[in-house]
Amino acid sequence: MLQVHHINSYYGKAHVLNDLSFGVERGKVVALLGRNGAGKTTTLKSIMQIVVPASGRIVFQERDITRLATHMVAKLGIGYVPEERRIFTDLTVIENLEVGRQPPREGAVTWNIEMLFDLFPNLAERCKNRGKALSGGEQQMLTIARTLMGNPILILLDEPSEGIAPVIVEQMVRVIRQIKTEGLAVLLSEQNLHFAHAVADEALIIEGGSRKFYGSLDDLNARPDIRDSYLAV
Amino acid sequence: MGFYVAQILTGLANAGALFMVASGLSLIFGVTRIVNFAHGSFYMIGAYIGYTLMQTLPGAIGFWSAILLAGLAVGLVGLIVEVLVLRPVYKAPELFQLVATFGVILVIQDLTLMIWGPEDLLGPRAPGLRGVVHIMGEPIPKYDIALLVITPFVALGLWYVIARTRIGILVRAATQDREMVGALGVNQAWLFTGVFALGTALAGLGGALQLPKGGADLLMDFNILTAVFVVVVIGGMGSLPGAYLAAVIISVVNVFGVTFLPQSTLVLIFLVMVLVLMIRPYGLLGREEVAGEHGQVGEPEVPIQPAGRRSRALVAVGLLVLAALPLYGSSFIQVLATDIMIFCLFAASLHFLLGTGGLVSFGHAAYFGGGAYVAALLITHAQTPMELAFLLAPIGAGLAALIIGWICLRLTGVYFAMLTLAFSQLLWSLVFQWGDVTGGDDGLVNIWPADWLKPTTIYFYFSLILCVGGILLMRHIAHSPFGYSLRAARDSERRAEATGINTRHVRWMAFCFAGVLAGLAGGLFVFSKGSIFPNELEIARSFDALIVVFLGGVKTLAGGVVGGAFFKGVEEILTRFEYWRLAFGLLIILVVTFAPQGIVGSIRKIFDRKVETRS
Repeated sequence: MLQVHHINSYYGKAHVLNDLSFGVERGKVVALLGRNGAGKTTTLKSIMQIVVPASGRIVFQERDITRLATHMVAKLGIGYVPEERRIFTDLTVIENLEVGRQPPREGAVTWNIEMLFDLFPNLAERCKNRGKALSGGEQQMLTIARTLMGNPILILLDEPSEGIAPVIVEQMVRVIRQIKTEGLAVLLSEQNLHFAHAVADEALIIEGGSRKFYGSLDDLNARPDIRDSYLAV
Repeated sequence: MGFYVAQILTGLANAGALFMVASGLSLIFGVTRIVNFAHGSFYMIGAYIGYTLMQTLPGAIGFWSAILLAGLAVGLVGLIVEVLVLRPVYKAPELFQLVATFGVILVIQDLTLMIWGPEDLLGPRAPGLRGVVHIMGEPIPKYDIALLVITPFVALGLWYVIARTRIGILVRAATQDREMVGALGVNQAWLFTGVFALGTALAGLGGALQLPKGGADLLMDFNILTAVFVVVVIGGMGSLPGAYLAAVIISVVNVFGVTFLPQSTLVLIFLVMVLVLMIRPYGLLGREEVAGEHGQVGEPEVPIQPAGRRSRALVAVGLLVLAALPLYGSSFIQVLATDIMIFCLFAASLHFLLGTGGLVSFGHAAYFGGGAYVAALLITHAQTPMELAFLLAPIGAGLAALIIGWICLRLTGVYFAMLTLAFSQLLWSLVFQWGDVTGGDDGLVNIWPADWLKPTTIYFYFSLILCVGGILLMRHIAHSPFGYSLRAARDSERRAEATGINTRHVRWMAFCFAGVLAGLAGGLFVFSKGSIFPNELEIARSFDALIVVFLGGVKTLAGGVVGGAFFKGVEEILTRFEYWRLAFGLLIILVVTFAPQGIVGSIRKIFDRKVETRS
């Protein structure tokens, strides 16, 4: 569904992604693992073309999306859930969802507000509240719900478990599993290995912007050396 | 009692146009982060287009459709301007877009002059609303009553669009985090265009609506801009109810001012503004500006560095060529060179504030003109010796900067910028209205240097030494510990504070220093010309300096000087033609579009690329 071919991305003169290649298949969850500063967020931003890779190609559903405008990438069916959540704090929960609304898309679930409130019951209770009145966990749910309003085929999740209570992390696990059964694909950047274990099928480990491991989660479990050298704190 | 009611009703009626223009400005700023300086120009063409339409369309229906059509037409012009001029520069470094809007102002000024001619146009009366009604015994024009009724409906309609429609939700979302809106699949480019068209349409509507009260003239664009900035600052940027409230307050204060203190209406308005800001720094209904937290564009900056050996040699050669000018240049050339140097010093002082201090002042002419007026007033009224008057010019300007800076620096970002503009307008209006002392529009004349400085060549060297000295001093200070603190405060206020820098104090001192040097330039200016007029204090002069700084390149130390020389040189050539504003405006827009790094920045980029490909 998504193929990333040898991309190199820069922030000014800093070389952040170095010849990175991987892919995400339909109905699969790929965990993007690595330490702080390894280039996880930049990988997701490069797919969204928020950071435009200097070289390499990104293909989504047989279409080259490199150098496409960010909103076009979103319109093709890639949903982006950024780190720091970035909900619109002055807008109500319903208005936040409205911003994410896109027309129905072939081959994807068509979400509506009721379905999302079933998925995230807390949001239903707070639907008239402004974003800034929500707790961190509620804000995280809102960002995911907002992205689902765009009926994405592939979802990029940037550290969804960061700074969130364990109860809510569990809820998040349930949601991601459900998204997977709907036939959607997820690329999940994480530092929390437990969380990755709970949802992911494959793992991609990066360090210094280069790929250090790419394979199934079972393969990763069989290689404690890799885990120790690239993930241990 | 009836009198007061009548005054308040008139004020409310006047608030209509002001509210529409201010809400348009505020809307555009919220989404695109551009302070649209050309907003007054859209208001002006709204009035002109409305006038022409009213001449052709008959009767009451014709009158009101003319107003609506004028709004639509201006919206269309806004759309074209956004797509052609602004769209290419959104990615440019912050605030560079301002320069593009300056270009638009100039182009619109000359196009209006070409189409409608230089005469003021008397606005037609509204059919069916010609007379007055008596309320509590006081006559009130019927048209005022109509405006009173219409404005809240426009405000309500606008509120509905913003609060209840999908477009409105997207606009509010983009005001907060436009990159995120894009990542959710919304085409920002069209959202920006739509908002710009809507905002300019509101300005056009305001311009057409006030026709029966004020008519149309070529000074409308700058005249409304000050009032609009004041309204936006008092009401709070981005707040529609705030804009309405502030427009009403300002208009009512103005009406009472005209009755009781006709000589100082502007002063009164500024007093209200200062009062409001003392209590609520972000306006009555505004909130702290947190722009730039997300979606900041552009590459990270390379810190400025002291000039290398090669550039020093280059500058030294340049200075030698300049110093030898009297050997090969006529006295006309020497006068021109003096003009250019003075302007470069003025521009460099703003550049110091803007580039090194990160403080965008929209009203730097206050200190240039202020310094000039200090010297001129001393000579005229106190027969002060020239040398002393000259010395007091920068000191006077510095004092003004000390006071104004103290008030303005309570605010940051765009509020700060607008406040500086408002204060420079205050100074301008003082000079303009206080004719007995300042000569008003006639200015002050016969301000000549002392005998030993009179010869052109001597004055040229005098200016050369002071201008070059001032510019070198600024460069030196940028690399001194004070300069480091200032740059730290610019780049990260909180971190700078955490390291023990009193950021507000550092900025205040920088503001004064820039004021002193602008005053020095003003002092040199007045004695080189022998006279001074209020236009050295007006918005256009502040804008000239801003254009120069941005054109030269904010992020380079040489930007102010190179831009100043370029600007003065081009102006010297272009002002010989009739429609020079049009040509100059187009030139500015072209430079902005093709050299978004400024002149120095772009040259450096080309140079860097050459070096890179070679290595």
